Amino acid sequence: MSSIVSIKDLSKTYNSGFEALKNINLDIKKGEILALLGPNGAGKTTLISIICGIVSPTSGSVTVDGNDIITDFRKTRAMIGLVPQELTLGTFDTVWGTVRFSRGLFGYKRDDAYLEQLLKDLSLYDKKDSEIRALSGGMKRRVLIAKALSHNPEVLFLDEPTAGVDVELRKDMWKIVNELKSKGVTIILTTHYIEEAEEIADRVGVINNGELLLVEQKVHLMESLGKKQLVIELKESLAKVPSSLDKYNIELSDDGMHISYTFIVKDEETDISDLLQEITNSELHLKDLKIVQSSLEDIFVDLVKEK
Amino acid sequence: MNFMAIKVIYFNEMLRFWKTLFQSIASPVISTALYFVVFGSAIGSRIENIDGVSYGLFIVPGLTMLSVLTQSISNASFGIFFPKFTGTIYELLSAPVSFYETLIGYVGAAATKSLILATIILVTASLFVELNIAHPFWMLGFLVLTCISFSLFGFIIGLWADNFEKLQIIPLLIITPLVFLGGSFYSISMLPPLWQKVTLFNPVLYLVSGFRWSFFEISDVGVGLSLLMVLLFLSVCIALIAWIFHTGYKLKQ
Repeated sequence: MSSIVSIKDLSKTYNSGFEALKNINLDIKKGEILALLGPNGAGKTTLISIICGIVSPTSGSVTVDGNDIITDFRKTRAMIGLVPQELTLGTFDTVWGTVRFSRGLFGYKRDDAYLEQLLKDLSLYDKKDSEIRALSGGMKRRVLIAKALSHNPEVLFLDEPTAGVDVELRKDMWKIVNELKSKGVTIILTTHYIEEAEEIADRVGVINNGELLLVEQKVHLMESLGKKQLVIELKESLAKVPSSLDKYNIELSDDGMHISYTFIVKDEETDISDLLQEITNSELHLKDLKIVQSSLEDIFVDLVKEK
Repeated sequence: MNFMAIKVIYFNEMLRFWKTLFQSIASPVISTALYFVVFGSAIGSRIENIDGVSYGLFIVPGLTMLSVLTQSISNASFGIFFPKFTGTIYELLSAPVSFYETLIGYVGAAATKSLILATIILVTASLFVELNIAHPFWMLGFLVLTCISFSLFGFIIGLWADNFEKLQIIPLLIITPLVFLGGSFYSISMLPPLWQKVTLFNPVLYLVSGFRWSFFEISDVGVGLSLLMVLLFLSVCIALIAWIFHTGYKLKQ
């Protein structure tokens, strides 16, 4: 897959001296869903804001489809749609008025048929003539999406799209995102809900303190960094782990009924069959065994701690 | 050039005007009528003619300028300040729109509103006094230039202000005194010589004087000088905006 957004050596230091981004390098591939994961204040929104033209970079460059975001800003911005984190909408505008305004702002001629379909897809059509201030938070979020899609962008940025959103809208949102992906739209979303990234993204980027810690295919990330834990339930309580198992760093639960072994899937030294053989030889009586896989959240917490 | 963006910004701003149409029209009509009742009829009847023009008639250009100046600044500053305040400015900044296109949209709308307002005031005034305009084209020229210049000035204030207090402070503490002391309601020849000289430093004097000349052919300063001063003010505003756009001051972090 060719890259559509290319970020090189990007840094941002605000006037206050706060270093929001430190030398970011990232290629976003055409048609993918990239989730940028990071705690509050990590630099996610700054990164998006620079690509979209809201914040000026201190150094480095960003190109969208080969066009520089500063010198060719008309080309790059025309390709991008942005759904901001905050529910920022003109309170006295109507839904229809504000969506039409967005389309015009991007230089496109009026196209009522397209906008009507867009509002229908977002379950907003019956609110078409309502004033924004009369809408619920969820509906306002939909309006922001409609505005961002009003000019058919090829790249869509969703900044914390599900913050404060109910389950129904969250599901709708992922449906919309998947439909857009099937149409070839590249989607970049920021979130600090790990399960979102886990559920929807193709690749996951982890940002903390302005640094991009890693960008990986979600499955690879979980495979390469994901730990698994073998938990064995015993038939009889155990006072001490048999010495034959010492080399495996096995943990014994307080009640002595469970032993567990944590291992990294990709680790060459990991040999589950040897371990199981040793357990059998040590004459432990097994009642049940299960393998627990670490979630993206665990991986994320480990990564952030490490740095 | 993104003409479509200019168009939507312009009409979106004009829509705000139409939505508050009653307030937009009623307010200047009522205040103009009050000025005429108080100054034109009640007090004006005891004031002798100024350069052969009755006081009621004399104050028409000044009154128009007072509203045009304050409303141009207020409309343009509020127009750009409000998106900054609510956060909707993100859309302008992330759209393929240059700063100048944004400026044309906002300032064009603010200047149009002021022109409509000036027309309403002049129509209202004509109900109280017999209004003859000696040089209609000059009158229109002064009016248009003033509307544009002060809308630009208002736009600068709107960009500079980061709270409502700052938004109000310049119109309240600088513009209103300058308009009242700039010969809107009197001829500077009525002042002591020292204050006549001091008043010459007030830029509003030149606007009001030139505008008044286009009505009655009487003025405190030469009409050429008035025109020059309006153009100078316009150039200063344009230069200031060019600097803001070039440096990104208060626009982008």
